[in-house]
Amino acid sequence: MAARMQQGGRPGGGGARFAQFKLVLLGESAVGKSSLVLRFVKDQFDDYRESTIGAAFLTQTIALDEQTTVKFEIWDTAGQERYKSLAPMYYRNANCAVVVYDITQASSLDKAKSWVKELQRQANENIVICLAGNKLDLVTEQPDKRAVTTADAEAYAQEANLLFFETSAKTSENVKELFTAIARKLPIEQASQGRGARGAAGRPGGVDLGSRQEPGAQGGASGCNC
Amino acid sequence: MEEIAPSYDLVVLGTGLTECILSGVASVKGAKVLHMDRNDHYGGASASVNLETLFKAYPNSYTPGTEPWKKYGRPNDWNIDLVPKLLMSNGELTNILVSTDVTRYIEFRQVAGSYVQQGQGSRATVAKVPSDAGEALRSPLMGLFEKRRARNFLNWVAAFDEANPSTHNGMNLTQATMRQVYDKFGLEATTRDFVGHSMALYTTDDYIDNRGMAKNCVERIRLYVNSMARYGKSPYIYPLYGLGELPQGFARLSAIYGGTYMLNTNVDEIKYGADGKVEGIKATMKERGEAGEGFKFETKCKKIIADPSYFPDKVQVVGHMLKAICILNHPIDKTDNSDSLQLIIPQSQVGRKHDIYIAMVSSAHNVCPKGYYIAIVSTVAETSANHHLELQPGLERLGKIEEQFMGPPIPLYGPKAGGEADNVFLSKSYDASSHFETMTDDVRDMYRRAEGQELVVEGLKDGQNLVAEE
Repeated sequence: MAARMQQGGRPGGGGARFAQFKLVLLGESAVGKSSLVLRFVKDQFDDYRESTIGAAFLTQTIALDEQTTVKFEIWDTAGQERYKSLAPMYYRNANCAVVVYDITQASSLDKAKSWVKELQRQANENIVICLAGNKLDLVTEQPDKRAVTTADAEAYAQEANLLFFETSAKTSENVKELFTAIARKLPIEQASQGRGARGAAGRPGGVDLGSRQEPGAQGGASGCNC
Repeated sequence: MEEIAPSYDLVVLGTGLTECILSGVASVKGAKVLHMDRNDHYGGASASVNLETLFKAYPNSYTPGTEPWKKYGRPNDWNIDLVPKLLMSNGELTNILVSTDVTRYIEFRQVAGSYVQQGQGSRATVAKVPSDAGEALRSPLMGLFEKRRARNFLNWVAAFDEANPSTHNGMNLTQATMRQVYDKFGLEATTRDFVGHSMALYTTDDYIDNRGMAKNCVERIRLYVNSMARYGKSPYIYPLYGLGELPQGFARLSAIYGGTYMLNTNVDEIKYGADGKVEGIKATMKERGEAGEGFKFETKCKKIIADPSYFPDKVQVVGHMLKAICILNHPIDKTDNSDSLQLIIPQSQVGRKHDIYIAMVSSAHNVCPKGYYIAIVSTVAETSANHHLELQPGLERLGKIEEQFMGPPIPLYGPKAGGEADNVFLSKSYDASSHFETMTDDVRDMYRRAEGQELVVEGLKDGQNLVAEE
């Protein structure tokens, strides 16, 4: 599940580059983790979204330039963080993480900081982490709702070497920018040289058990693909 | 701490693989599930642990005050299974993994070889288990004429179709014993040994004279052969980072479909109604070393599914397993330098009633640093003392051992009752078999007891897709 790279074009030439990375989401309940992803992946927002019944397995592709495409394989916590019960599997081989807090709840930044620590403990050492102060729309409407100043969060992000954005999943402000910034920091070049781990089927002896046919999945059994 | 809901359809205690599969299935089917574990990690008895944790779990394996794990690199680079099992690539667990899409969270890799020992001591030979008629002809396990008989037998097994009497070779398998079948093909004792023990994977010879077992035996051989045919090197596959990934994967499935997860949670009380059926549960979530009382809560529930450790009064000991976890810095002799394998020492070869199993994995499956191998030798305990002697033929096979972790015989538990009376449904301990087929039988059995219907995993998630998956 780590960085997967397929190189189009001639080997060693300047052909199109495509790399896939695992991205995990962290943060306190109700800060808008799933909403951020939903905005990014489907460009949707739902004001009354119930707490995560999960986004099982989302992917989204960004074109960084004409040559370079990055695909995010996005893992949602599925609510397992609620009672501190995230499995090690979640962090395993994550290439990047978005740690979300709610700019109207000061305590959620403290929680975010503890998640950053947890990531540094459990995840790959070169993981790219982005701090996201979500619900920017709320303070645009009512500035007195802000509980975390931009300067404070930014100072922390700088000190901990994190990317930093204030975002709104509702208005989509800075959402695409955040994911693009992460993509730009990922070791695409390294992956292109085959240094990233490959998917199971690509390993020697790796097996692809295949997943179930998705109903209506593209290239499904019905219809002719020629 | 967020409040716990006032009631759940199902409370699951313990995050072993059996419990996690059932929790995942229940959540996908729409049940409201609360799943907890007293430990700070997933997996219970089927977890994989790091090297430091392993040393600490076997206090006799090192001098107190020393830190012997330090010479083996970072402890977290080790994922050492507590149960020695492999997945049959065509087995039921693979089917469940694929049907539930849990394969998305776990990568699998082939196990490089499947071996069987003939003879014992210095005269022992170790050879690949022949997987089809063609391999039987090349196998050093048999002489020339025996090879032909074995080929005929394996061709017959491959062609066997219950619905088509012309493939039955004049035998009624539901009535016949396997001895009669072996006799019909004129197979020698040593061939019967590797067929019954390393292909059909029986741990004892009890199957041979058991009337009606012939069909079961043929099915088991076919499972072996078909699993072998799927990827080629061996009938087994194994998850990267160890078996402990399996319960985590199914827990994630359950969580995605709304299951609530709580580790570090102790059960304080199980409440039963006047009809004797479970009504609710009181519990406390508290991290180790955390100050204060922890987070106490109470909730109602209709059913409980649990591993045996949560209900010591409702289970009984059904056997004892012996297990030695060994760390090697070399592959096992006579196994083609395989990076992973199963090696079976059939009981008759070493004067026992139960087979000795060796399951070995290595850095090829990301369970340890490069250059190391983790081999688990196991068997069913037959004596009441000197248990290390029972494992000796297996330990000898390993050659030089860097570290060996072995405790007293491990009791295996089974529920005393089906659970219909109190709605508490208990799983069995993970047994001494080398694969997960008996575990998935237990899953199906528990599901039948708890839900009153057969578990069908095929198509389980159809029409249940949440937020568009790709």
